Amino acid sequence: MNHFEYAKPTTIAEAIKLGQASGAAFLAGGTNLLDLMKGGVTHPGSLIDIAHLPGLDIIETLGDGSVRIGALVRNADLAHDPDFAKKFPAIAEALLSGASAQLRNVATVGGNLLQRTRCAYFYDLASACNKRAPGAGCDARGGENRGHAVLGWSEACIATNPSDFCVPLAALDAVVEIDGPAGRRDIPFEQFHQLPGTTPERETALAPGELIIAVRLPATAAEFAAHARYVKLRERTSYAFAVVSAVAALRFDGPTIGEARLALGSVAAKPWRAHAAEAVLVGGKPSADNFRRAAEAALADAKPSGANEAKIELARRILVRACTLAALGTPERIPALPASPFATPAGAIIHD
Amino acid sequence: MTLSISLTVNGLARSITLDDPRVTLLDLLRERLDLTGAKKGCDRGQCGACTILVNGRRINACLALALSYDGADILTIEGVAQGDELHPVQSAFIDHDALQCGFCTPGQIMSVIGLLREAQTGNDPERIREAMSGNLCRCGAYIGITEAVLDAQNRMADAEGHR
Repeated sequence: MNHFEYAKPTTIAEAIKLGQASGAAFLAGGTNLLDLMKGGVTHPGSLIDIAHLPGLDIIETLGDGSVRIGALVRNADLAHDPDFAKKFPAIAEALLSGASAQLRNVATVGGNLLQRTRCAYFYDLASACNKRAPGAGCDARGGENRGHAVLGWSEACIATNPSDFCVPLAALDAVVEIDGPAGRRDIPFEQFHQLPGTTPERETALAPGELIIAVRLPATAAEFAAHARYVKLRERTSYAFAVVSAVAALRFDGPTIGEARLALGSVAAKPWRAHAAEAVLVGGKPSADNFRRAAEAALADAKPSGANEAKIELARRILVRACTLAALGTPERIPALPASPFATPAGAIIHD
Repeated sequence: MTLSISLTVNGLARSITLDDPRVTLLDLLRERLDLTGAKKGCDRGQCGACTILVNGRRINACLALALSYDGADILTIEGVAQGDELHPVQSAFIDHDALQCGFCTPGQIMSVIGLLREAQTGNDPERIREAMSGNLCRCGAYIGITEAVLDAQNRMADAEGHR
């Protein structure tokens, strides 16, 4: 790990001031940042420790019914907050399907939004990586890339965003609250993460020195609570990043779907909201055929970035599965294996 | 640059001066406080061998910068027994052969103590296995570990009931 200066500001204003220094990085839980520093992937000149800033670890319901999650709320505390989990069960399920209990006790909401890709070439200093060293090239293109992006990738970068939490946030129209040198501003969640284009080192809409303060969910996001599921395909049952994942949140008008929210995870450099697929479902019945048509629409623009064509069909099937489970209804309690494709309630159609 | 922090470690107040900001809680415990129970396995948050409790919650000590934990209350494997009397989770690990080589065991036991405090699994073996997935055991003692969790939970509930 490189040597660094350490600062522990006591106010947000002080943190932002310190965060503008060249080479400064904010430290919250540190579960991703310290790992990257130990691997020599990132080497900030100073760490601005924001883990103890007051007032950022609160979950609150605002006057307009929206729910505001402070940036320093720990993943485990959010997932196990009974009121939050009742309103946003797919978010709780996504959180509990990620990492391990130890990591969830430390990892924060803001840090989750800023976690880096798990592309092995990004972590391997002997490999070329445009994200780690702009202009160096991309060894993932001709390498082991069966897990890489199938949507929104560029010649410069085919890495994926590994977050589970961010997938339902994208689907539910979350808003990211920012504070920074130019003051406070809101960023709609879909605009927060950026596609790689020719600048894969730039991953979010944050300007230098800007700090995530909170994530807000609109009151309408709770209307999907009765039919919301997250499904995550992994190479082992627990404590693994997604191969592909999907969230489906449905609101019924009688027997037909009145509104649908769909998003995919680990298919692109950002959580992938599937607007076209949502439109397919609205006004229709929750049938296997309609779910399949929606999945076709969600992946209509997908193309392999390497030896990963199989991921496209896997993504369609996981989206169909998420829709099927969501239509059956949110379970009373999050399953023993959160988001597992193997934990299927009785009556669910697994294979057609 | 010298940096000072105060910690409570296994019930004892400790004042610590660090000459380097890079020290993790794991390195602090092992290299400077002579508490080598927490193990350095992967040092990257993947294996769980370094699990300790901080303010009652289980965390990976290898990914915790010591400076960021000023004022924290830390419990390691060295602090869980009462004199010669083992913690119920320690006894249950012995009774159920929940270890072979023992390298991961301090982390496993601290993780189980954290799991029992979280009170999310009940006596469902599937939920226990899921909640223990952050602790790897290369010897494969997982069956015994799950049995030990169930048994320790029952013993602690019984002990609570007799009070």
